[in-house]
Amino acid sequence: MLKFIARRLGTGAVLLFAVCTLAYFLLYLGSNTIARSILGVQATKADIARFNHMHGLDKSFLESYWGWFTHAVRFDFGSPWTFAQPVTEIVRMRLGTTLILVTSSLTIAAIVSVILGVTAALRGGWIDRIVQFLGLLGFAIPNFLVAFALVIVFAVQHKVFNAVGWTPPGTDFGEFVKSAALPIGALAFTSLASITQQIRGAVRDSLQNDYVRTLRTRGLSYNRVVFKHVLRNAAGPALSILGLQFVGMLGGIVIIEQIFAIPGLGSFGVLATSQKDIPAVMGLVTVTAIIVIVVNLVIDLLSAALNPKVRLA
Amino acid sequence: MSTIETPRLALRDRNLALKLLTNPLGAFSTFMVTLFTFAAVFANQLAPYDPTKSDYTLMRATPSWQHLMGTDDLGRDIFSRMIFGARFTLTGALLAVSIAAVIGCTLGLLAGYFGGFLDTFGNWFSNILQALPGLIVLLAAASVLGNGLYLAMGIFGVLLAPAFYRLVYVTVRAVRNELYVDAARVSGLGDFKIITRHVLGVVRAPIIIQAGIIASIAIAIQAGLQFLGFGDVESISWGALLMDGYSKIWEQPIRLVWPAVGLALLMVSLVLFATILRDELERVGARVRKSTKKSLDEHVKERELAPAIVHPEPDRHGEELVKISKLEIGYLQVGGKYKVVVHDSNLSINKGEVVGLVGESGSGKTQTALALLGLLPAGGTILDGSITFDGIELKTLASKEYDKLRGARISYIPQEPMSNLDPSFTIGSQLVEPMRMVLGLGKEEARARAIDLLDKVGLPDPEKTYSSYPHEVSGGQAQRVLIAGALSCDPDLIIADEPTTALDVTIQAEILDVLREMQKATGVAILLVTHNFGVVADLCDRVAVMQYGRIVESGAIIDIFDHPQHPYTQELLGSILDENGPARGAYVAPAGK
Repeated sequence: MLKFIARRLGTGAVLLFAVCTLAYFLLYLGSNTIARSILGVQATKADIARFNHMHGLDKSFLESYWGWFTHAVRFDFGSPWTFAQPVTEIVRMRLGTTLILVTSSLTIAAIVSVILGVTAALRGGWIDRIVQFLGLLGFAIPNFLVAFALVIVFAVQHKVFNAVGWTPPGTDFGEFVKSAALPIGALAFTSLASITQQIRGAVRDSLQNDYVRTLRTRGLSYNRVVFKHVLRNAAGPALSILGLQFVGMLGGIVIIEQIFAIPGLGSFGVLATSQKDIPAVMGLVTVTAIIVIVVNLVIDLLSAALNPKVRLA
Repeated sequence: MSTIETPRLALRDRNLALKLLTNPLGAFSTFMVTLFTFAAVFANQLAPYDPTKSDYTLMRATPSWQHLMGTDDLGRDIFSRMIFGARFTLTGALLAVSIAAVIGCTLGLLAGYFGGFLDTFGNWFSNILQALPGLIVLLAAASVLGNGLYLAMGIFGVLLAPAFYRLVYVTVRAVRNELYVDAARVSGLGDFKIITRHVLGVVRAPIIIQAGIIASIAIAIQAGLQFLGFGDVESISWGALLMDGYSKIWEQPIRLVWPAVGLALLMVSLVLFATILRDELERVGARVRKSTKKSLDEHVKERELAPAIVHPEPDRHGEELVKISKLEIGYLQVGGKYKVVVHDSNLSINKGEVVGLVGESGSGKTQTALALLGLLPAGGTILDGSITFDGIELKTLASKEYDKLRGARISYIPQEPMSNLDPSFTIGSQLVEPMRMVLGLGKEEARARAIDLLDKVGLPDPEKTYSSYPHEVSGGQAQRVLIAGALSCDPDLIIADEPTTALDVTIQAEILDVLREMQKATGVAILLVTHNFGVVADLCDRVAVMQYGRIVESGAIIDIFDHPQHPYTQELLGSILDENGPARGAYVAPAGK
């Protein structure tokens, strides 16, 4: 088990390094226009040279990257060029908000889709058709269109929830619900639709197993076999789906945070990239990559714990 | 050479197009995609106004006959902007899909066909790209390479390439090892010819399906990026219209609705198109496979039904336990008709008897056994006749009552040992669970009984097996566990469905020994389903022979072996001399009498 974790952490580190290097390389490639775009059209050549020198943009790629890397391994992503606080500080402040959004959306989506997906797989008929249709809609319609629909109905026409803004749950829980309901609703709906469909598939596959019939011949009732054995065996695939959805949601949240003006990692990413702020973008890429790698590791460990065949590997 | 079939999927393109159009949702999605494409191509002719021309006298107009969707802040016609927006949106999507398809398909084809270095490289490429958080990388790239949206779509195309790569790679790997590709190679076709002629034909349809889905994703990302402010502000696109509409969401929410609905319709149509195409392809494939097999109905019609041969059995003793009379089993077909798999079959089993049910695969043996257990697969029903167990009519038995019968009185040993144990639970817990439910035993009692049973079926270390998971034991051991499971609640009847077929020859003999010993010790009746007359000779008191869904001959084992009357029985008996294994030694015994 320890060996498994160590090996996975090793692969994760290599992957992280590759992603950071690639991202830095891309950013460095375009760095000759950065000074101009930050300092504006009035900046003199001397101003630009000073800016480039100050931020190490006049160094070679390797030198420049090494400078960033040696700090980054100590979780010091430097000072951004266009924000007052250090990158680490900003990320720490905004990460919480993003995680609240993602985890609550995913929790809601997971609970509802397990109920819907299992029912659809077991019952079939009209509920199955509805679930499949919803799955198609959720797959085809991106979360920001869902967000627009929610805003128009629940904020513009009926002023039930807020269309923009963010109140942290610690400050005022009622206001938090009003500000978080629509973004969470939009994120949850999209992933709900696809998780439901995949859980339906996992349960149907699990129902096909030979041992389902054999257990019934031992005198166990249908419900007992389904709820103890079929669902237990569908749990592994369902878990990997949740992991994938989490990673997918980290991408989707960028636009959602922008629509609802929520101060999370996503809106920070938009600000940082539109201002070509290399330290800020790099901090964000690194943190996102770490989250993705950690989530994947946790999912793998949980799946291993669920599956006796891998448990000891 | 006629056995080498090429997949029919690719050859039926015209048929498929027809299927797509006769399906209402398929027709709808095809129509919508065509409509949007048409609008994009002929935007200049279709748009009633110049999309960039401002009319300051008509700003923020509500929808009317002059301006179907109203006008924006500068008095520009939104309907015309929607039409021109379709052009931009579709071009961007086309660009992303083309780049993704070209890179992904080429790498996938090469890596899948040639393997080796390309294989490693392709997987590495695909893994790296999948590990990157997509939108974030896109943002980073956009900040570096400038705001050009086509450029962003190009980069996105590279990011999406793995979707095509994986698909093509997997398909090509599968096709590569097909017989007809080997045949083509043997007959001297070069690699390039094989790829273009045979391999491309197979992957074409899946690529079209994937392209529909990828296009939908690309459109979403493109609109999202524009909404975030990337891309040329002046460009006319649905994403820009979204942004414009969102800024006026309080004053004129309708302006957000137009582009949102346009995007949603286009994306849903693309995905729908892909999904329906896939479903139809699968259906075509399934139909080809099914139609090659002659149905039992046809056999029934072809043969005149001579009455089944029943050998008189004056020496039979014991009470009657199971009586199957005039049994008919059918499966509901798409058209609402039943396909009959078992018909006109009679069989009886007395307490303590071992009865063999013999016949070739597809003759209806297993269906009869499952009907007795009340566990016919979905769609299967007993259409006619009756099955009684100890006087209880099973055909109409309520499912709760049936649950009380199974395990406690009728039990089952399956064919394939490994797949019939739940891989997620220990062998012990799977043995204990029914005993606690059916016999109401306590935890410790059930455990002790389970270990005792494991010992009795000849497992060398019952304690260890008890706490093992199914994957930790061998096939032969797993089959012993299943026999222990079948015996665990002291049933009156065990149905053993080909209990030795999936095992090695030496292990087959051991398992038959276990069955015989357990039967002697407990006096349980066994219905042994098998295609092997040798196994029957080894264990059974009586035998019934099944052919084309019907029991054609039955009687005491000696009578059947000495005086087989039905030609099919004679044929089966003749064939056992060719079979190897434990059957042969045992066969001598009844024949020698």
